[in-house]
Amino acid sequence: MALEVMAQASAPIPLDVAFRVEPGELLALVGHSGSGKTTLLRTIAGLWTPETARVSVGGAAWLDTGARVNLPPHRRRVGLVFQNYALFPHMTAAQNVMAAMMRPDPVEAERILDLVNLQGLGARRPAQLSGGQQQRVAVARALARRPEALLLDEPFSAVDRATRDRLYSEIIALRAHLGMPVVLVTHDVNEAQILADRMVVIADGRMLRAGTTAEVMADADALRAMGIRELAAMLPATVVAQLPDGLTQLEAPTGPLFLPNVEASPGTRVRIRILAQEVILARSRPEGLSAQNIVAGTVARIAPGQGPGVLVHVAIGDHEIIARITRRAADQLALRQGDPVHAIVKSMSVARDHVATVQPDPKAG
Amino acid sequence: MDWTALDLSLRLAAWTVAILLPVSILLGRFLAIREFRSKPLVEALVMLPLVLPPTVLGFYLLVTLGRNSRIGQLWQDLFGSQLVFSFTGLVVASVIFNLPFAVLPAQRGFQAIASEVREAAACCGMSPLRALWKVELPLAWPGVVTAMVLTFAHTLGEFGIVLMVGGSIPGETKTIAIAIYDRVQAFDTESAAIMSAVLVAISVSTIAVTFALSARVGKRLS
Repeated sequence: MALEVMAQASAPIPLDVAFRVEPGELLALVGHSGSGKTTLLRTIAGLWTPETARVSVGGAAWLDTGARVNLPPHRRRVGLVFQNYALFPHMTAAQNVMAAMMRPDPVEAERILDLVNLQGLGARRPAQLSGGQQQRVAVARALARRPEALLLDEPFSAVDRATRDRLYSEIIALRAHLGMPVVLVTHDVNEAQILADRMVVIADGRMLRAGTTAEVMADADALRAMGIRELAAMLPATVVAQLPDGLTQLEAPTGPLFLPNVEASPGTRVRIRILAQEVILARSRPEGLSAQNIVAGTVARIAPGQGPGVLVHVAIGDHEIIARITRRAADQLALRQGDPVHAIVKSMSVARDHVATVQPDPKAG
Repeated sequence: MDWTALDLSLRLAAWTVAILLPVSILLGRFLAIREFRSKPLVEALVMLPLVLPPTVLGFYLLVTLGRNSRIGQLWQDLFGSQLVFSFTGLVVASVIFNLPFAVLPAQRGFQAIASEVREAAACCGMSPLRALWKVELPLAWPGVVTAMVLTFAHTLGEFGIVLMVGGSIPGETKTIAIAIYDRVQAFDTESAAIMSAVLVAISVSTIAVTFALSARVGKRLS
């Protein structure tokens, strides 16, 4: 059952957004703080009502200001993971999960806690759990409601980087089990790119761009709204070996890649995020270069970037690497669409934060 | 030792607590989470008994509930007895006089609950009543208990308003605080001392038990 959302308001912030999320799809609402993305999530959950809005799941209206339909939050089958988790502090993890069930069932609670990797921690209270564990309880509680829509409000913002990486992998793995539409609110483009199928970029309450993650990440206007320095391409890859010198050898559609210290065993599938500003282009295959990762492709298109920069999309098979270079450099290389070109990726430029582990699962990836 | 007076005081305190418990929960919660324009006025009215001399409040209650007032006449017509100078009248006065003691601590208790926790309860499918029972009361209860203990102890000790509205009718409106005053007037210092000591013991023990309980709850949640 698809989730359909339309919301218009003039106060407290201007809002004019409409989108649709298919079952099993993860849509990221991306924007700066104050852009209205959390307000949209609250509208879906029923915690806020804009002047004009329609929210429906599988055609059944939860909110329709025109028809005077407005179900209270507890009548909407929605799972909401709050930014600060909002766990019930007087209940154990298992009780928190059961609190969201129609009929509290300890066995089912345990199963859901297993699903989010909290085996054996059901008896702990939130105060006795780490930030990452609390986030997992919040996800488990949201799932225990058997929601028709799952809403995640910046669910990774309150944990440290290493925990966040692990939680990303868990969410990706979990998605194989989820059949409902999922909406993720985030200001982190990296996060959206790793997790989302589609993205809606919001600025000042307006939809700047909506489309698949790849489409949005290739849109210069959308990127400007998100901060162009974040522009990056995503490549799927498989860990081949941990080399003795501390580098990890990965096999990507673009050929072999070498990254420092990817903590994953051989065979693990990962997604690598390559920042556009860390990619250098060359007409011919360069020799005598210190960089380890050089891949050959063709120029798919050249898009104007911000100021003196241009964005060169390099097609490598079915995948793309994006290079952000100056217009002057592009002119000097006389790059045209279809030209063969070599992309040089400095191996050190791929940060740990930008590698998401994908569990071996046919649906994820 | 005037056992009748002590019994009357305890009954008055119990009735006051029983009536103010739901009031403190509903009004305290309402004032904690709702914002409306006349909120400062409502809060001021609730606070008023705290700053007014009991005699002033007692005077107005006497005027509003007395035989010549509309409420007093209605009461007389319905029940055939007058509201003032009766135990019932005392309960009414005590409830009004204890409003700040019952509402403010409960309001603080509900205010301490993060708004997201309340919203999470709704998003977990809990109706407002169920959320109150399963989430809000378990978290706010130290505040509510404090409110009830203060109300109880304060009722035992109240003097001025009881004298104004109730007079000093043995077995009907003569509370232990008034009995102590009576004994002192009659130079019976010994009886006054015993009753005072009993009152102190009851008050200290109820308050101590509450503090111990809320300290334990605080430890469990942090």
